[in-house]
Amino acid sequence: MTTASRNPLGPGTEVPGREERYRDAFQRTLRDELNRDENVYIIGEDVAGGPGREDQGIIDSWGGPFAATKGLIQDFGARRIVDTPISEAGFLGAAIGSALTGLRPVVDLMYFDFIGVAFDQIVSNASKSRYMFGGQTKIPLTMFARSGGGTGHAAQHSSNFYSILAHLPGIKVVVPSDPYSVRGLLAAAIRDDDPVMVCNHKKLINLTGFVPDEEYTIELGKGRLTRVGTDVTLVGMSWTTEVCNNAADRLKEEGISAEVVDLLSLSPLDEEIFLNSVAKTNKVVIVDEDSPRASMASEVAAVIAEKAFDSLDAPIKRVTGPHTPVPYSRDLENLFLPDEEDVIATTKKLLGA
Amino acid sequence: MAVPKEKLSWMYETMYRIRRFEERLLEETAKGNAMGVAHTSDGEEAGPTGICAHLTDTDWISSTHRGHGHCIAKGLDTKGMMAEIFGRATGLCKGKGGSMHIADFSKGMLGANAIVGAGIPLAVGAAFTAKYKQTGGVAVAFFGDGATNQGVFHESVNLASVFKLPVIFACENNHYAQSTSVEYAVPVKDIADRATSYAIPGVVVDGMDALAVYEAAGEAIARARAGEGPTLLEMKTYRYHGHFHADIPHTYRHQEEEDIWRAKDPIPHFEKTVGEQGLMEDAEFKAIRDAIETEIEEAVQFAIDSPMPDPSELYTDVYVNYSNPLQGLR
Repeated sequence: MTTASRNPLGPGTEVPGREERYRDAFQRTLRDELNRDENVYIIGEDVAGGPGREDQGIIDSWGGPFAATKGLIQDFGARRIVDTPISEAGFLGAAIGSALTGLRPVVDLMYFDFIGVAFDQIVSNASKSRYMFGGQTKIPLTMFARSGGGTGHAAQHSSNFYSILAHLPGIKVVVPSDPYSVRGLLAAAIRDDDPVMVCNHKKLINLTGFVPDEEYTIELGKGRLTRVGTDVTLVGMSWTTEVCNNAADRLKEEGISAEVVDLLSLSPLDEEIFLNSVAKTNKVVIVDEDSPRASMASEVAAVIAEKAFDSLDAPIKRVTGPHTPVPYSRDLENLFLPDEEDVIATTKKLLGA
Repeated sequence: MAVPKEKLSWMYETMYRIRRFEERLLEETAKGNAMGVAHTSDGEEAGPTGICAHLTDTDWISSTHRGHGHCIAKGLDTKGMMAEIFGRATGLCKGKGGSMHIADFSKGMLGANAIVGAGIPLAVGAAFTAKYKQTGGVAVAFFGDGATNQGVFHESVNLASVFKLPVIFACENNHYAQSTSVEYAVPVKDIADRATSYAIPGVVVDGMDALAVYEAAGEAIARARAGEGPTLLEMKTYRYHGHFHADIPHTYRHQEEEDIWRAKDPIPHFEKTVGEQGLMEDAEFKAIRDAIETEIEEAVQFAIDSPMPDPSELYTDVYVNYSNPLQGLR
C-alpha cells in the first residue's frame, strides 16, 4: 500500500511511501540487495530455518529470531540463503574469506552478545586485513545482530556494547533507530566495501514508521536531527533516539525546547552534527543504553569536551545503563534501561527547571 | 604418480628458494636488517612445495605466522617478500604487514596470519567463493599441529564438510607448538585422525618428502575439484630452527631428535630420489642452486636499497572509505 506521506529527513517534501514495520523494511532491503547483486548472500544460524538444505526439502523457514530472513530461502534458494552449524567463529571467518575473494556476505550473528564467540575473526581478520596487507584487498562484509534490553532476554541476549566494535579501526558500526533508517543504512552497509555491523535493537523491530517506496541509502557516518530545538541537545542512538524523541515531546509541553541528534552511525561518527547542535543549545544530555564506562556516551562526551568546551553552559550529562549486566526480572530490567523519565529528570536538573 | 619434468625442476627450485630465503633471513635478522620477529620454516619445505605444485593463481591459500615457505611456494616474489620483512615501502604489503602478514592477492595468497588457527576459516571462505562462482578453484589452509587444538579449526573443518567445499586442510605437524610438544597437547595418535569426526578423509604423509606430498595432495585436490569435499592432510615434518629467530630449541628438544630429522632433509632426499631415477642431473641441480643464490642476494640488496614507507602511509588502507577520519589526538 502506497501513500503520500512525510519525508523523514525533514518537513516540506512529500515522497510516496508506506507505513511499515522495522522488520519488514529490513527484509525488503535484504531482498532488494539480493536482487541487485548476485554476489550478495546471507549466511548464519537458522537464516533459512531448520530444513534449509534443498535436498532435504524446504518445508518452511524460521528465518532467525524475529523472522528477519523468513521466506527468503523459498525465493533465493539455498545457494544464497545459507544455514550454518552453530559455529560463529567458523562461519564469520568463512564469510570474511569469501569477502576477500569477491563475494558480499551478509552475516546474521543472531544476538549482539554473540559477537564474543566470533570476536577474533572480527578483530584479527575483518578489521585488519586491508591495513596489514597494504590495501591490497577490501572486505565487503555486512554483519547484523539483535541488540538491547527490554524484552526479557536477560544478560547474555540483551547487550549493547557497540563501543567495543566502534573502537576497532577497520570496522564500521551503524545503529538504525526506525524503519526509515534501517532501510537506508542496511542498503548502504551491504553496498559498502568495508566491514559494517548493523545493530537492530529488539524494541525497534516491531515498531512501525514511514518508509519511502524508492530505494535509497543513508551515508555511513551521517547523523540526523529528529527534533529541532534551542534549549538543550539530546543525543540518542538506536532505541535511545526513540527515548529522546519522546522525552523531547514531553519537555516541549513544559516549555523546554530540546533538539534531538540521532547518531545513526557510531563509526564513522558524525561529530559535526552534535557539535553544531551544542554550539546552539550550550547544554547536552547523551543517552546510551550501554554501561557507561568506555561507552559511546563517553566518546561523544569526550569529543564535546575537547572541541566545544567554550560552548558549554553546564556540565555534559550522560544517561546510561548502570555498570551491570542486563538483569532478567522485569522491574530490574526496567530499572536498568534509561527511559524518558530519566532523560526528562536529568534535562530539567541540568536546566535548573 | 608420474611427475612432469618441469614440475620436478620447479619443486627443487622452490624448496631450495625457501631454504635459502629462511637461512639468509636469520642472518639478516641477526644483523638488524629485518625488523621484528622472524619465524622460519627451513626443514618444512617439502609440504608447501608438494601441495602448491598443483595450484594456479586462481586457487587460494591461507597461511600462518610461519608463512614464508607458503608464500614462496605460491609464487610470491622474493624481492617483495624480503622488502616487506625489512619494513620497506616496496614490500608486498608496503611494509605495513611484515613477516607475519605477507599477502599477495594477485597470486591467490590470502595472507600469513599470526593468530594461530585464524587463517583456516578464510580458506574455507575462499572455497565457498569458488563453489558459489563455480570457478573450479580450490583453497588450501596451511596450519600447524598446535592450531588443531583451536576451536576454529574444528568449526572450519565441520563447516567445509557440511558444505562439501573444495578445500584442503594442510597440517604441517612439526611436532612443537612453540615449545609444547604434540605428544603433550594432542591426545590422538595422528592429527589426521581428527578427520573422522567430520566424515572426511584424513591422510598422513611424510612431510620431508616432496614427491610423497605431491602425490597425496594431488589426490586430495582432485577430490576437491570434483566436488567431493575436503581432505585433512597431515604432513609429519620438523622445523630446523627455533619457534622464532631468538628461540633456542635445545631448551625443549634434544639434539638426537634434531639429528634424526636432519638426516631426512627434504632437499638431498629429493636430489637422491630424482637423480637415481635419472630424471634430473647433478648439473641441473647445481644450476638451480646457483640461480637461487643470486636471487636471494638480489632480494636482500633490493630490500636494503628500498625506501622506508612515507609517514602518510600510517593513515591509509584502514578503510576503503571513511568520512571524517581520525588521525590521532596529540
